[in-house]
Amino acid sequence: MKWLESNFELVWQLTLAHIALSVPPIVIGFLISIPIAWVANRYRVSRGTILVVLGLLYTIPSLPLFIFMPIVLGTPLLSSVNVSVALTIYAVALMVRTAADGLESVDKDTLLAASAMGYSAWQRFWRVELPLSGPVLLSGLRVVSASTVSLATIGSVVGVTSLGYLFINGFQRNIAAEVITGIVAVLVIAVVFDLILVLLGRVVLPWSRRERTGSTRASRRQAALLSGGVS
Amino acid sequence: MIEFRSVTKQFPDGTVAVKEFDLVIPPRKTTVLVGSSGCGKTTLLRMINRMIDPTSGHILIDGEDTAALAPVKLRRRIGYVMQNSGLLPHRKVIDNVATVPVLNGVPKKEARAHALELLDTVGLDRSLADKYPRQLSGGQQQRVGVARGLAADPNILLMDEPFGAVDPIVRAELQQETIRLQQGLGKTVVFVTHDIDEAFLLGHQVVILQKGGHIAQVGTPAEILANPADDFVASFVGADKGKRVLRIEKVGGRDVVVDENGTPTGVLQP
Repeated sequence: MKWLESNFELVWQLTLAHIALSVPPIVIGFLISIPIAWVANRYRVSRGTILVVLGLLYTIPSLPLFIFMPIVLGTPLLSSVNVSVALTIYAVALMVRTAADGLESVDKDTLLAASAMGYSAWQRFWRVELPLSGPVLLSGLRVVSASTVSLATIGSVVGVTSLGYLFINGFQRNIAAEVITGIVAVLVIAVVFDLILVLLGRVVLPWSRRERTGSTRASRRQAALLSGGVS
Repeated sequence: MIEFRSVTKQFPDGTVAVKEFDLVIPPRKTTVLVGSSGCGKTTLLRMINRMIDPTSGHILIDGEDTAALAPVKLRRRIGYVMQNSGLLPHRKVIDNVATVPVLNGVPKKEARAHALELLDTVGLDRSLADKYPRQLSGGQQQRVGVARGLAADPNILLMDEPFGAVDPIVRAELQQETIRLQQGLGKTVVFVTHDIDEAFLLGHQVVILQKGGHIAQVGTPAEILANPADDFVASFVGADKGKRVLRIEKVGGRDVVVDENGTPTGVLQP
């Protein structure tokens, strides 16, 4: 506690930096995943290939990927863009399968009815398929959010500011309180993000409350992948 | 009027659902397509609003070839009611009913006001308007489905086994409601069912189908009962089992109608 009191400004700045580093990959990863998932679902062959290949992306160790990024992107070695892009790749790897499952989970009779009513294919996607896959998409997004917040710490190893700095610095100088503060701060961010997503879900998907337990299978699979995945 | 002219539908897997099908569906009447599963009745229905396109042949609505019409626009002017209601689970009852008018560009407020009136028409309480479909009973959902089918005031209403999944008492209610609505609104109703009793109850014209969309007999219920075209029809309508052959027995001074097995089915009015 004493350490935290005297270093509160540092922890606060790192927390803000951490949030700034985590949010874009979560949002962009989500937005990229939906069209990919749609394409994947379009044809049986593409579904298998795309989901497997993108799923494998998540198994790339993060540190080499962070280091590799400047070479691919041509960005400066210490640019935070490197970490953002890498985190986005992980977000997509996690999200695409859930998004594909979510779009697939929409009742076929409902889609048939929508077509019979006179929704064009485009309208049907935006007004029926996407909202109805919302609960599954949300469960995937929550996993992506937790994963991204936790992975962002590794950015500090390649010199991009995040709460990971507290781990490295605390470990090198043997200050346990600093390491613990870092862990707690990361946890707090992850929990706050999760709460925001749940509340957002309540507002955007008022019809789905206490329903759609079908999403649990997909999220459980994501959780298993997450725990056995990147380090 | 809807006309099928030599319509054939072969699916990509090679199944011929309907072959060389000809039929005239008169306006402002109920035509029921009835047959066992695999007779192509649903395929026929879905070809009317181009949910399915025929492999060959033509379907005409009031003399206009539907092949020349844009499917999405065509569907918006044809009501469609399906089994299990097919309501959008994420839209409130009122918005489900207003779906087609809103798609047609009617302002939301106006469409909702009209949707409320339609709830009255199909015998639903207005207090259900703000509920989600899953909060309703099966029968109520089906009524909402009918209201939605009527919302754009279409001339044609397609009904695909709409009462197949509700219990017999509710089904009987909904059938009476359908008759009342059809008479009151003068819609051309095309109704698909596998239940011959439902067909005879609702249909001005009944089309009995065999496998591959082959027409076994077309006629009014009375015509079909009086003169079944062949053994298949006789068996299908139950004429061979004695269920349709009734006689009168005097019981306590009244004329009781019994079927061939002696089961009473009703009493004649003096």
